[in-house]
Amino acid sequence: MTILIEVRFHGRGGQGVVTAADILAVAGFKEGYWTLSFPMFGAEKRGTPVVSYLRLSDRPIVERDEIYNPNYVVVLDPTVIGPVRVEAGIKQNGMIIANYPKPAEELRKEHFSSLNGSIKVLTLNATKMAMEILGRPITNTAMVGAFAGATKLIKLSTLKETVFEWFEKKGEELANKNVELVEKAYKEMEGKV
Amino acid sequence: MVRKVVRGFYAVAYAVKLCRPSVICAYPITPQTEIVENLAAMYANGELENCQYITAESEFGAASILVGASATGARTFTATCSQGLILMSEVLWNAAGMRLPIVMVIANRSLSAPLSIWNDHQDSMAMRDACIIQVYVENNQEAHDMIPQAYKIAENRDVMLPFMVCMDGYKLTHAYEPVDLLEQETVDSFLPPYDPPIKLTTKDPLTFGCYAPPHCYMEFRVVMQRAMMRAKKVMEEVFKEWAELTGRNWGGLISTDYMDDAETAVVAMGSVVGLVREVVEEMRKDGKKVGLVKIRSFRPFPTEELRKVMKDVENIVVFERAVSFGHEGPVAIDLKSALFGHCNAKVYSFAVGLGGRDIPRDLIRKCINNAIEGKVDEGFHFEGVKEFEEVII
Repeated sequence: MTILIEVRFHGRGGQGVVTAADILAVAGFKEGYWTLSFPMFGAEKRGTPVVSYLRLSDRPIVERDEIYNPNYVVVLDPTVIGPVRVEAGIKQNGMIIANYPKPAEELRKEHFSSLNGSIKVLTLNATKMAMEILGRPITNTAMVGAFAGATKLIKLSTLKETVFEWFEKKGEELANKNVELVEKAYKEMEGKV
Repeated sequence: MVRKVVRGFYAVAYAVKLCRPSVICAYPITPQTEIVENLAAMYANGELENCQYITAESEFGAASILVGASATGARTFTATCSQGLILMSEVLWNAAGMRLPIVMVIANRSLSAPLSIWNDHQDSMAMRDACIIQVYVENNQEAHDMIPQAYKIAENRDVMLPFMVCMDGYKLTHAYEPVDLLEQETVDSFLPPYDPPIKLTTKDPLTFGCYAPPHCYMEFRVVMQRAMMRAKKVMEEVFKEWAELTGRNWGGLISTDYMDDAETAVVAMGSVVGLVREVVEEMRKDGKKVGLVKIRSFRPFPTEELRKVMKDVENIVVFERAVSFGHEGPVAIDLKSALFGHCNAKVYSFAVGLGGRDIPRDLIRKCINNAIEGKVDEGFHFEGVKEFEEVII
């Protein structure tokens, strides 16, 4: 039996929704998975809803269709919840990991009240965390850390290494800040599962 | 060999670099791709030796510069798609007629109007008759591998034609996935430097693409057709050599799965092939005698190969990513012409995923099942279309 883990990312143009999936594709590969990430752009403008996809498997991935029944949903922007049905098609025992300023129970009550009880909802105030560390509301690295912390599919050390390499060409300071953000989000999420 | 997770754009650009091009030219604005952006970075970093990187004022200009460069004996590269390819088209017909082995990557995207930036095959299909070789790839490894092979085929003296490597925009170009990146020594051992027998020089002036009145024009067309037909054998040889060199065997002009005893053949091109193959495998497990035919080379068209594998099938299901408006899907049109008098199968063709609409597994399965069970008529259908009312005003 082969493993196929499917993850869908929701956010808005400019927040690094595509990069989030791409970073995890690189980190997942380092952990021994075959990986595939790809985006579905909307109007290619900042602020419009963007979706990206990630698959992890123990065999080469040939499925390139969009993900309709994800195991995990990662939400980078609290304001897409509602206008976009981020929970659509999520599998039983699945997990929604959202950047949301309120506790998970409140998010569930406000938006996911009809969701199957087997599906976990977790929240993290990634915008606040990103503002504190990066000084900008770009939440992709925090949510990448949150995903790894919640799912334990990727080791923190592997993810930190990948994120550092990803941002290194834009400067060591920025790379280190993103690594810090990843670690903080990972550890906060670890405690919530 | 290094296996790395890279983006489709990079996999292509890296392979182009290893082929040691002399001139890269591109229009750097939409609908351009990151392929030329990656090459520009490599050029700026000094990684492209003996290479000129030129940005042009339009795709028309970019193609024209490459025609001039290629005629001087330079190995040339460009990438484009969609409206950019259409703007190049006048020049590309000239490139083919002048027998210039320009290699280009088409990041397949739909055509306007309405404006769409997403994937289908309408752009490269519009260039079908231009005497340009067209190979469609399934994943980024095949795209990466196809670049050195494209040069070797295009520059073969029996061929000397432009070559389009067609890879699905977004689905492949924007995807990160593991790719075994080639080594410089491997490519050097496979691809000799380009040294055409005839080229433009100041010492020995020549004219390319000159005036051909009725008494001699037709013969040029005859040799273009011969070159295309000779390309089939050259391609088979190069594909085989590649498989021996790298251990990655992508097949010939077509590649097949489960076709030995198949009653229904499913035909597809490009990035959807992987999922179609999975669906075919699932249907096999259910006892349905289904097989897959992946068309790799659309021009030259694999007529003999298709006749051979299709001779005993009862149904043929074609997934089309473009439309020849006023007739049907371009793949089925050519397939039927190739099989006429050789096969009595019913042909069902389904246009799917136009303008980037997703092609989910269930849609693929439904199309194949509907054909097998006779739930749809033979001929051309659009699938995955919403119910809507057309208002004629």
